[in-house]
Amino acid sequence: MHPTDWSAVRLTLELATIVTALLLLIGTPVAWWLARTPSRLKGVIGAVVALPLVLPPTVLGFYMLVAMGPRGPIGRLTESLGLGLLPFTFSGLVVTSVIYSMPFVVQPLQNAFTAIGQRPFEAAATLRAGPWDTFFTVAIPLARPGFISAAILGFAHTVGEFGVVLMIGGNIPGKTRVVSVQIYDHVEAMEYTQAHWLAGGMVLFAFLVLFALYTLESGRRET
Amino acid sequence: MKPEADLAGRSGVIRAAFRRSYPRFRLAVDLRLPGHGVTALFGHSGSGKTTVLRCVAGLERAPGGFLEVNGHVWQDDNNGIFLPTHRRPLGYVFQEASLFPHLDVRRNVEYGQRRVPLASRRVSLDQAISLLGIESLLDRKPDSLSGGERQRVAIARALLTSPNLLLMDEPLAALDLKRKLEILPYLERLHDELDIPVLYVSHSPDEVARLADYLVLMADGSVVADGPLQQTLARLDLQSSFADDSGVVLETVVAAHDDTDRLSRLDFNGGSIFVAQRPEPLGRWLRCRVHARDVSLTLERAEHTSILNILSATVVALAPTESPAHVLVRLDADGTPLLARITRRSSHVLGLGPGLPVWAQIKAVALLD
Repeated sequence: MHPTDWSAVRLTLELATIVTALLLLIGTPVAWWLARTPSRLKGVIGAVVALPLVLPPTVLGFYMLVAMGPRGPIGRLTESLGLGLLPFTFSGLVVTSVIYSMPFVVQPLQNAFTAIGQRPFEAAATLRAGPWDTFFTVAIPLARPGFISAAILGFAHTVGEFGVVLMIGGNIPGKTRVVSVQIYDHVEAMEYTQAHWLAGGMVLFAFLVLFALYTLESGRRET
Repeated sequence: MKPEADLAGRSGVIRAAFRRSYPRFRLAVDLRLPGHGVTALFGHSGSGKTTVLRCVAGLERAPGGFLEVNGHVWQDDNNGIFLPTHRRPLGYVFQEASLFPHLDVRRNVEYGQRRVPLASRRVSLDQAISLLGIESLLDRKPDSLSGGERQRVAIARALLTSPNLLLMDEPLAALDLKRKLEILPYLERLHDELDIPVLYVSHSPDEVARLADYLVLMADGSVVADGPLQQTLARLDLQSSFADDSGVVLETVVAAHDDTDRLSRLDFNGGSIFVAQRPEPLGRWLRCRVHARDVSLTLERAEHTSILNILSATVVALAPTESPAHVLVRLDADGTPLLARITRRSSHVLGLGPGLPVWAQIKAVALLD
């Protein structure tokens, strides 16, 4: 493979890793809240989080571009913090990817938290465990399969995105040019061999991810 | 098992007042319970007994409620006091063991203990493990245990928080008879060896007769009656709650063993009874249950009879039963209450009325251990 291909692969993995870490960090409290709250806001927040599931990536990308631009609320904030503007930067890609992949992380976590039920938390409370203690010693361990699913889905979905990347990141080699964009470029340039290498690699990657996920699922059902 | 007389000298009281409306049910209780021994909350399902227990634990909150346990106020909404569950020094045993599936038995039982300051630990790990007989289970995961084993682990786990009050919500209800019989002796040892007051929710008259010292009878979210077990079980006005299980308990002491006839004599306030020989040494307290349906009455002491246990007693009162052909007779055997369930016709033939001296023939005695 060409060095620019390797650079695209490296950039993609870097992006997906950072995004997955951020997703778990942000998605966990969101999923916890959605799973446990009696609040009426639950429906609204749940719908907002799930929006990227149904929106075309270009729509989300467009609004993010506007919001992160010099006259958008996020753009003003980042500029006033001295961070500059996010569009066409790696950080911009990270922020947008986190929003775009959020439902893929929140939903498995929310399902996992809901499946635990009320009883283990009540039992923990009668054993002197406070809310934080219970969260870390009961909720997280019992939701472990949900965390694994969430991490795999979040990572894979970030690797696979294309439309959002083009809208926000453009196509800057070594900065924002990820594998999916690189494949597009190869095809445009009629470099089918190189496109095959990358596309084939993506197919293999996607298969391994889903295989791991289903093995995990069936293993969980057997115990 | 110790008789109530031993416990009565100690002070301490549990005050619980809860009112709360639920969609299909209203809870309104105001209880003053002994702060020691086993108090049974008895009633049909839906009578509110579990809700009371959950309010005591703080798992549910009855607004405006009040709860004081042996001098410590856990809830007093009028003064803005409500301790969350994890700050209440209690142990809770759920109907289903509710062990943590991701932890092995050892880490399950240690979960609560670790969270209790060293200075407040009164129950040691070894003590709880041997009391509940779970030595061999420590390295197992909860899903590999039988229902009875799981419940024993859950009880040990609750005990290891060194609670000032142990709450048990039908801990035997999810188990079959064999498992129940497996756990009951452990519960009795608990009662005898640890001085922890217990609130025990049950709808089983057998369990209540066997374990409780004090009885709270509940129906439709309120308290129908409460009092010491022996007296409350014998109250004629409450018998519809016990239905077929009407009967009394006798607190007896093993007085003699007859090795020839293989019998043991058990003495109690109103006399003595013989039962098939017991393994217990002389002087040991034994609780027996005498069902009303196993007691028949004669005016003269029968001479030639196979019935071994015949007690002298006086009729106190009569009451109808749910069966129109039968009446319940409350008797007094030298201070010990007895109940007999006889036919209305027999009652007429014998001319039973308050004050009449009779002989109570006991066909069967259930030993509750």
